[in-house]
Amino acid sequence: MFQVRIHGRGGQGVVTAAELLSVAAFAEGRTAQAFPSFGSERTGAPVVAFCRIADGPIRTREPIAEPDALIVQDATLLHQVDVFGGLRPGGYILLNSPRTFDELGIGDLTARFRHERLLTVPATEIALRHLGRPIPNAVLLGGFSAVSGVVSLPSIAAALRERFPERLAEQNVAAATEAHDWVEAEMRELTT
Amino acid sequence: MSVRQMEGARAVAETVAACRPQVVCAYPITPQTHIVEGLGALVKTGTLAPCEFVNVESEFAAMSVAIGASAAGARAYTATASQGLLFMTEALYNASGMGLPIVMTVANRAIGAPINIWNDHSDAMSQRDSGWIQLYAETNQEAMDLHPQAFRLAEELSVPVMVCMDGFVLTHAFEALEVPDQAAVDAFLPPFEPRQVLDPDAPLTIGAMVGPEAFTEVRYLAFHRQREALTRIPEIAGEFRAAFGRDSGGLLHTYRCEDATTVVLAMGSVLGTLKDAVDGLRDDGERIGVVGLTSFRPFPMDAVREALGAAERVIVLERAFSVGVGGIVSANVHMALAGLDQRYHTVIAGLGGRAITGRSLRAMLLDAIGGRLDPLVFLDLDRGLVDRELERVRGHRRSGPAAENILRDLGIVAGGPHR
Repeated sequence: MFQVRIHGRGGQGVVTAAELLSVAAFAEGRTAQAFPSFGSERTGAPVVAFCRIADGPIRTREPIAEPDALIVQDATLLHQVDVFGGLRPGGYILLNSPRTFDELGIGDLTARFRHERLLTVPATEIALRHLGRPIPNAVLLGGFSAVSGVVSLPSIAAALRERFPERLAEQNVAAATEAHDWVEAEMRELTT
Repeated sequence: MSVRQMEGARAVAETVAACRPQVVCAYPITPQTHIVEGLGALVKTGTLAPCEFVNVESEFAAMSVAIGASAAGARAYTATASQGLLFMTEALYNASGMGLPIVMTVANRAIGAPINIWNDHSDAMSQRDSGWIQLYAETNQEAMDLHPQAFRLAEELSVPVMVCMDGFVLTHAFEALEVPDQAAVDAFLPPFEPRQVLDPDAPLTIGAMVGPEAFTEVRYLAFHRQREALTRIPEIAGEFRAAFGRDSGGLLHTYRCEDATTVVLAMGSVLGTLKDAVDGLRDDGERIGVVGLTSFRPFPMDAVREALGAAERVIVLERAFSVGVGGIVSANVHMALAGLDQRYHTVIAGLGGRAITGRSLRAMLLDAIGGRLDPLVFLDLDRGLVDRELERVRGHRRSGPAAENILRDLGIVAGGPHR
């Protein structure tokens, strides 16, 4: 079982991101369960959503305390919420930021986790360019498909096309593809 | 039939639509809202037709309109949760008292005060004596599958049925779900043939005043109908299994109970996490099993006694409790097991959305097996927080509101405790 926790703020599409990830995994013939942290929805408030992906039935309904991967949609949460809490050793982090972990002053995380799995992508900037709105969720899913290899970019694209009207879907697919390529290049850089 | 990755609430809406309700009353309340929204969309697009989608001004109105619709011979449906269910209480008793086969989904949620939008079973439990049949779903697929069964049962017996599903945990979860095929539902669920109907051409009275000369008999008939349901619930579940290939509904489900010396009984979505915990203990050699109770009203005394009677230790895990007594489901289980030489534990868990984790369940079950578990336990209770408030209450008369004091202790609300 691969478990993903997504952190963000109300209005950034955190819950939708977890749902889309589950749809993409389902399209690849896997079992997936996505659910929100069930807070009172308020724009700007910290929000958490979860997605489990497995090859067999998923019975548990508890929140994901020890994720294999984290997607952080808003870097300002780092000072407010224990976003890295419970991340498994060898886990992946994808953070929405134009800066690297070292530039953000949280490079010490590399002592606990594998350096090449701590990745950032300027998802808000990419979203603004493609959508004209700072909604980073689909962009980060594109990046995430490069990070973990758990779901493919075409499956993410298919999930976006199933969910959104054509024009919005294509904008998001283009943005997700750009993020995927960005993260792939970043990973090459970190591993060499 | 096709399997889709979709939200539980949406899947329930589509399944209810396949049951062809003719009147749907809608009043929004979290976490139920997505269900009636989904139905509203299906009526608007003409997918669900003929159907009157009635936006009402309150839950009391929702149930009242459902009563009127059902009495006029229409298949009537609504959904609610929490305070919404409480607000319809008076009408709930009228629906059951008049024998109107309304089906309602309850997306289980806590009751305030303190206000809390999250899941537990306090809402439906508070209506356990309302005369409605109450079926509790373990999964979203079962929640969906219970609806055609609920309409069958309700209309055959002229009793209203509540389908209870855990709010948020199920309603807001995205999973692979199979909405029953329309033709298959049509074959399973015949058109509504009311036992009584308001018709201007053949006027009659429904809901007349009944005095001491016959009230006991009318009430006894309600009791009798629920007893009949004990037979029909498993039969209908069997027919459903034959038609749809899924083991949904029935009175209860047993899991790894053969040779079990310890058996845990629970209702609703916690059963998944519980089964995982029990698998872990089985791997360690413990003889432990699970009973998932689907039908709480009527309460299947015989089936419960058969499922739990051979165990040395019985644990009832419940998501609500009766202040001043303890477990609610437990009290019923104890009646079913009267006279047997067993150890009983009641574990209250998951109140107001507190997550029930596999880790806590495992620790609790090991305590039970080791003889260290008290008869009544509140799982994961923060005793320190409770003691601090008790100390404040002892310290001075005007200690202030308990809930707000505790939020300050937790740092969720700024400022010190009330002075």
